Amino acid sequence: MAGAYFDVDGTLVSTNLVHPTLFYVLNQGTPLATLKRLGRAALKSPSMAFAELVDRRTFNELLYSAYGGMSEDRLLSLADEVFDDVIRPALFPGARDLVRRSRDAGHDVILISGALDFIVERLVRHLDASGFIANRLEIERGTATGKMLKPVVAGPEKARLIREHAAREGWDLAECFAFSDSYSDLPMLSVVGHPAAVNPDKRLELLARAYSWPSFRLG
Amino acid sequence: MDHPCLVTLERDSAPRVLFSGDRLVKVDLPPGTRCIYPKPPIAKLKDLPAAIRHALHHPLGSEPLYARLRPGMSVTIAIDDLSLPLPPMRRPDARQSVLEVLLALLADHGIDDIEIIVATGIHRRMKAAEIRWMVGDRVFDAYWPDRLYNHDAEDLDNIVRLGETELGEPVELSRRAAESDLLVYVNISFVPMNGGHKSVAVGLGSYASLRAHHNPETIRSTHTYMDPGDSELARKIARLGRVVNEKLSVFTIETTVNNRMFDRNLSFLSKNEDDLDAKERFLLEALVATTARLPQAARQALFDKFPAPYEVTGVWAGETEAVHERTLARAFEQYLVPVQGQADVLVLGIPYISPYNVHAFLNPLLVSCLAQGYLFNMFRGAPLVKPGGTLVLFHPCTDKFDHEQHAPYVDFVHRILPETRDAVRLSHQYEQKMARDPAFLQMFRTGHAYHPAHPFYMWYWGENGRQHVGRVIVVGADNDYIPKLFGWETAPSMDEALYRARGGEARSLDVTLLHMPPIVMGDVTP
Repeated sequence: MAGAYFDVDGTLVSTNLVHPTLFYVLNQGTPLATLKRLGRAALKSPSMAFAELVDRRTFNELLYSAYGGMSEDRLLSLADEVFDDVIRPALFPGARDLVRRSRDAGHDVILISGALDFIVERLVRHLDASGFIANRLEIERGTATGKMLKPVVAGPEKARLIREHAAREGWDLAECFAFSDSYSDLPMLSVVGHPAAVNPDKRLELLARAYSWPSFRLG
Repeated sequence: MDHPCLVTLERDSAPRVLFSGDRLVKVDLPPGTRCIYPKPPIAKLKDLPAAIRHALHHPLGSEPLYARLRPGMSVTIAIDDLSLPLPPMRRPDARQSVLEVLLALLADHGIDDIEIIVATGIHRRMKAAEIRWMVGDRVFDAYWPDRLYNHDAEDLDNIVRLGETELGEPVELSRRAAESDLLVYVNISFVPMNGGHKSVAVGLGSYASLRAHHNPETIRSTHTYMDPGDSELARKIARLGRVVNEKLSVFTIETTVNNRMFDRNLSFLSKNEDDLDAKERFLLEALVATTARLPQAARQALFDKFPAPYEVTGVWAGETEAVHERTLARAFEQYLVPVQGQADVLVLGIPYISPYNVHAFLNPLLVSCLAQGYLFNMFRGAPLVKPGGTLVLFHPCTDKFDHEQHAPYVDFVHRILPETRDAVRLSHQYEQKMARDPAFLQMFRTGHAYHPAHPFYMWYWGENGRQHVGRVIVVGADNDYIPKLFGWETAPSMDEALYRARGGEARSLDVTLLHMPPIVMGDVTP
């Protein structure tokens, strides 16, 4: 057996981490609460934009602080709507087929994403994947603190998580596959024997060309 | 008396000019070397549209096409892809000529449920511009993309199993073709292994269907690809094709082209170098010097720029086997040169193009396929070289691949081939795994990459040559590791290659040069 590790945002779906977060922010219990959260998010946006350029992990931490104070119940009860309204319509046309072919090839399909676990879990079910590695919010007394639980799934950390996951499953990494759209996922792509660039950004496209990695678009 | 296409070199003969990839090189061959030149182009059909209409109205082994038509029926037309002829022919392509007559006939009979499928098999999808080139502007504008498209051998929802051969080989085909009231195949036969049952059974088949015959065991049992009567591969494909023809209503149209690969101003490339006039010698020198100096991309662009002025020499229609018999006879008429005796050493200049790199670089795996597969097999009767003999190839064997078309080839050459060169082991241990690689399949289905099983087939293709020949020596390789990976030796010059072929002994060798392109085949009596 071998694993096929799929990044999610930009690879299988056209959304990014901001879209579901925005859905939550815009769907608070009262208009005032929505307005307050929107205002806070707007204040953080310059630092998030900067973080996105320099460090994915910091970006994730800043973004997910927007969930601080939301009840776990609300997060979970809105998760189906987030999935149906935001994620599912954004699936790339070829995404299901690519995942199906990975399964047909005998691979366990694992989604590895900086998105939140309760969203990714729904995508796993929808795609009939085997499992996921995703970010988790810290919950205290039924309320999100706005912090993330360790390990934060982002950038180089993804490579370590894949190595550990494959070791637990008893898979040879040389036989495993990884799919991503972003140069920031270079560590995760480099750790497996069969990396592939999906809807690659310019830098990843050049790199895939240099290393003769498969490269294609699902969109 | 020797055939005019056979030339024996003398002490004062001029050097021969051979392709070495996209360069032309001058090679001094020893006196006594037998050079086999292509025959001059045979006459073209004077009025092609009239000949096509005649073929449709007077088919072989079938009712006339008009008698098989009725208003409202569904018709699928399948056409060969751009892997032939090589280089692509000047417009109008023979496919366009046939399609224009055929579509007019179908329209006259009230048939508008027509789809045209480019029968790519597991080749890469043709690009829109390439399809336009093949079918012409009028057909392209009317049918592309909804009713004119590439076959998808991996679109499993649109592949149907027609049945099995008597030996249990699966016969799978494009659903549209299988469910149409009539399937018309429009072929261009470039070499004798094209056409016949291969057109539908391979061109519209699935990977599962192909595996029944595209395997090392079949290739090893195939004496020559170029004589279907002597080819296990052709026999197996015919078995599949007969199942297709039993289940479906198939009407086959085949065409042949002549040998006019080079335009008039370059036609001297197929002439005996001793017979060139002053102007031709000057042009040849200029061409050798130019290709030596131009960067590779410019050389490729230069060769891509000039389509071949091939002319159609025959068109036949009707029942597949009856049609193909005529096609083969015309192809043999153009290509076969009688040759007495096999050589110790066969010299081959490997050109820049093969069926699998139209508009792309000829990567080293394709060099091996071309040398030990196609060119070795350019014979009827006995191979041009003795069992255990030597092939001397001219090619740089550059370690370069087209990133899009040949993406799976890189994995095959650099990851799998270092594990083993044994075709049977490759087939049993590695092929299916790579054939299911989701990334390469995606590139095949939505991009323009060859199927991930295709590089394996390219290796198997050289298997009968590999089994027959004792050693392969490459002259002009720009690296050692690619030839070594293929099990080949390298030599800096022809003299050194011959010295190696003699095994260091002072014995004379029978040396034969197959001077191609254009296409030439030896009709060899041992």
